Amino acid sequence: MYMNQENIIKVNNLTKKYKKFIAVDDISFNVKKGEVFAFLGPNGAGKTTTIKMLTTLLKPTAGSMRINGYNPHKDQYNVRCSFGIVFQDPSLDDELTAFENMEFHGVLYGLKKKDRRQRIEKLLKFVELWERKGDLVKKFSGGMKRRLEIARGLLHTPKILFLDEPTLGLDPQTRNLIWTHIKELNNREKVTVFLTTHYMEEADKIADRIAIIDHGKIISRGTPEELKEKTGKESLEEAYLSITGKTIRSENAGSIDQMRMNRRMWHRK
Amino acid sequence: MSTIYILWLRQIKRYSRSRARIIGSLGQPLLFLVALGFGFGPIYAKAGGGDYIQFLAPGIIAMSILFTAVFSGIEIIWDKQFGFLKETLVAPVKRIKIMIGRTLGGATVALMQGVVVLILASLVGFRIENYYYLPIALVFMFLIALFFTGLGTAIASLLEDMQGFQLIMNFLVMPIFFLSGALFPLENLPRAINIVASLDPLSYGVDGLRGAFTGQMHFGFSLDLLVLSVITFLILFLGSYLFSRIEV
Repeated sequence: MYMNQENIIKVNNLTKKYKKFIAVDDISFNVKKGEVFAFLGPNGAGKTTTIKMLTTLLKPTAGSMRINGYNPHKDQYNVRCSFGIVFQDPSLDDELTAFENMEFHGVLYGLKKKDRRQRIEKLLKFVELWERKGDLVKKFSGGMKRRLEIARGLLHTPKILFLDEPTLGLDPQTRNLIWTHIKELNNREKVTVFLTTHYMEEADKIADRIAIIDHGKIISRGTPEELKEKTGKESLEEAYLSITGKTIRSENAGSIDQMRMNRRMWHRK
Repeated sequence: MSTIYILWLRQIKRYSRSRARIIGSLGQPLLFLVALGFGFGPIYAKAGGGDYIQFLAPGIIAMSILFTAVFSGIEIIWDKQFGFLKETLVAPVKRIKIMIGRTLGGATVALMQGVVVLILASLVGFRIENYYYLPIALVFMFLIALFFTGLGTAIASLLEDMQGFQLIMNFLVMPIFFLSGALFPLENLPRAINIVASLDPLSYGVDGLRGAFTGQMHFGFSLDLLVLSVITFLILFLGSYLFSRIEV
């Protein structure tokens, strides 16, 4: 159904090398306008690094990218206005209220006061936090914080919403609620969603297309149905395991994280 | 402009909401004023120095500004660890504005803290000798606040977590305070201490503050103002540079 639509994210031969290790290795993919695109892969596969490059936080070693037609490296301003993001780790100010967190974001993104207030009200009502708008965020549960972050990410009406493991550590009810919200936003606001998750059944339900990344390379892609067909498996989880293997990656990720830390400490840049 | 304002406002809100932090940070200056002020007072008077509280209070005001300011700067590490920094760094605003807003906010908080300690000192017996010089005193308080917030920001941009914080407190902030002339006059000191004290940025802040409040001075207003303005400018420049290189 998205066949004829333009690509809002274009990535060609994107590479990120650290001293001894290649986090993202020559990947290329496109995301179509209005679709929900899931970027899956084991821990340390390069998902977050890719998101950081797409969202101007990290300079790629090689390759080209276009976000909403702009180059994240050369045209940071326009790229930053084009997307909203929910990071893997919470990024709210706990000492401020829900409303103040929204307000802060709105001012940073240059929204006019009237506009800002209307939109904050609309979004906080949408994620069912309007009643709690005056409460300090530190009193919120994990699920409420996530919902607030999603509302905040949408405040400046971005074209693309990046969600890096938005349901990590949440109970099934909250996860379900969050995905319902995301799907609804995708339909109603026509926002393109780029997400990562470890919950395969969620990706199966929500994603129009999927790319699987491992060891920095994209090793498979297609619709959830295509991936299941390709591997001859019943569920996306099984398909995913047969594509990426069953080895546990956490130790691997640990040493990669170590390297990242060392790099940050000794080679700042 | 609005970016700088909202970042400034955030610092002020965070500060005014943390009552425990405000009250907690008044304990130390009060203890110093009472214990040192009254403890050394008689000896100081006998040695011909006059009223020690008059001498000490500007030093303690400078101290509380120093601690609050460095701490405000260092708070960036918290933002880094708790993720909030990312939210500001992906926003379509220049990093220099983020840095300016934060620094002004931190400096304002430190200045407010200094004013509270000034009031506290008055309760313990400190007298401002000449109220016409009060604006000059406030200028010096703000310069001290600005310089040390900038220093804290610069250091925080280089650190990954709070582990280095103790190190900085013990090997940088404490020596800056103790060797600044906040507690003792800089006249007739051993040569080594004298040299260190004249290299200590806080010495000029304390001197200016003391001059404005009580008329006692070592370096003189113009030198104090010149040194403080130049180093504040330099540290803000350095801090902005280091802040612009932060990766999250």
